[in-house]
Amino acid sequence: MSSAGDPGRPPDSNPVSLSRHDVIHVARLARLTLSDDEVALFTAQLRSVLDHAADVASLDLAHLAPSTRPIAVENVLRPDEPRPGLDRGDVLAAAPAVENDRFRVPRIGGEAP
Amino acid sequence: MSGEAAWEMVIGLEVHCELATATKLFCGCRNAFGDEPNVNVCPVCLGLPGSLPVLNAFAVELAMRIGTALHCEIRPSTFARKNYFYPDQAKDYQISQYDQPINTGGWLELPDGSRVGVTRAHMEEDTGKLTHVGAGGRINSAHHALVDYNRSGVPLVEIVSEPDIRSAGQAKAYAAELRGILVATGASDGRMEEGSMRVDANVSVRSFGTDSFGTRCEIKNLNSLRSLGRGIDYEAARQIALIESGERVVLETRHWDESAGRTESMRSKEEANDYRYFPEPDLVPLVPDAAWRERVRAGLGPMPADRRSALVAALGGSASEAEADQIRAVVDLGLDELVRAAVDGGAPAPLALARAANEVAAQSDAGLVLTPESFAALLALESGGQLSATQSKAVLGLLLERGGGDPSAVAEELGYEALGADFLAGVVAEVIAANPDEWARYVAGDDKLTGLFTKEVMQATAGKANGKEVAAELRRLRG
Repeated sequence: MSSAGDPGRPPDSNPVSLSRHDVIHVARLARLTLSDDEVALFTAQLRSVLDHAADVASLDLAHLAPSTRPIAVENVLRPDEPRPGLDRGDVLAAAPAVENDRFRVPRIGGEAP
Repeated sequence: MSGEAAWEMVIGLEVHCELATATKLFCGCRNAFGDEPNVNVCPVCLGLPGSLPVLNAFAVELAMRIGTALHCEIRPSTFARKNYFYPDQAKDYQISQYDQPINTGGWLELPDGSRVGVTRAHMEEDTGKLTHVGAGGRINSAHHALVDYNRSGVPLVEIVSEPDIRSAGQAKAYAAELRGILVATGASDGRMEEGSMRVDANVSVRSFGTDSFGTRCEIKNLNSLRSLGRGIDYEAARQIALIESGERVVLETRHWDESAGRTESMRSKEEANDYRYFPEPDLVPLVPDAAWRERVRAGLGPMPADRRSALVAALGGSASEAEADQIRAVVDLGLDELVRAAVDGGAPAPLALARAANEVAAQSDAGLVLTPESFAALLALESGGQLSATQSKAVLGLLLERGGGDPSAVAEELGYEALGADFLAGVVAEVIAANPDEWARYVAGDDKLTGLFTKEVMQATAGKANGKEVAAELRRLRG
């Protein structure tokens, strides 16, 4: 849904400056509760990972197109033909809670993001 | 200056269109509306570990048709994960196109000639359907929620307009025209009430003459063209009142409450916008080649604007305001083929247009199919004088009820064989004899009495007489 952010902006900007605040923010988005010690630990660990990735920035890559995949494959498509899915009974039997043939989930504050 | 006259609305629309495919976007589960809950599910659309999405070729084809019809550039594109915690997606992310959408930079022309820019039209998967339980189903106070994943993974194209729209009426015209295009491309059935087409509106206001934009609010839950218009007008008035009383508009998403007639705050946008998009590692780039793009372009039929122009041409190159309304209705309902066939068969275009826009359109909800041949044959009978207008409408009613048929046979069945001129003259003479005072007034020049005589003749012939012939006979006798 394009209302989210600016599509023209790369998702990650300037990773080198990863701060303690960034780690707390990302943890909150992932619904993780971290202790102060964990925040310090992960800040250091994530910073070293990002610093390593940032080594790439020291290379002159102006002549290369950006790549998100290691192998050049495109247009993997399937025909629009129905295939049998899973049996509803089996699926719902695996759910923690079920009501009226639907998955029952806790109360949610607000609508979908 | 103050008051609404000093303010200009700035509106952009985001339209989600469910594609009319047989299966979902990334798996072979059926794309069907109204099935029993959770019957169209599989490991992919339930987000089970180890499952892998594979892109539906026909969904891509439909997305390309939409882009082509909206004059977009069709580009190499990729998919991304939009991460968020909400149970309408079992995966905790939605696969969408983000920084590299398939269609960009198009436009849509409205019937009044104005153009609205189309920023992008990208592909994404739909979410599951939530039912809130307790507290009357209200979201914020519900006790718990139930999820049906049948809709999860259904292919969508989201069409994002530029903020080029300046009134609620123009927004409605855009949505209606876009719906016509989506139907014409075969991409969608365009049913807003079933959620096949969903419209969100970004609304802001600014004082006239300003170039910069005011703070916008996104309005959701606009489930009909009527809601779209009302929601926009309400929201603009709300923002104007805030600004004029010295307050600020807050960037947020608001929910339109149709019964209360107002928008309500749902959440602030800054809070919700951190989706941590990243490239979907399980899907490869989509790069439609020139041959495929050309096939799509060549396969597109005429769009609603072309079809309206064709009807205006059939009318002789210009249409009155009433005819323009009829043309819009006929094209929206896909009845223009009927009119074309009737005109080709020699019927006057205004008559064929009126019958299609009134009598046929009134019955189009029943989903009945009247063949162009049948409609053309009926209009030939009416315009040739073998059937009166009343008789023609009655035959048309039966044809629609039965889903088609031979108009001559139906007319005969109703006893509408053309009355002989002698017989008609006899009936007219009897009616005149029975109404001597009225006849004297008619002879003296009161033409309004034509109606009374015609009505009497119709009663005497059980509706079989042709009104035009009755009037001609009356004029002949008056001398």
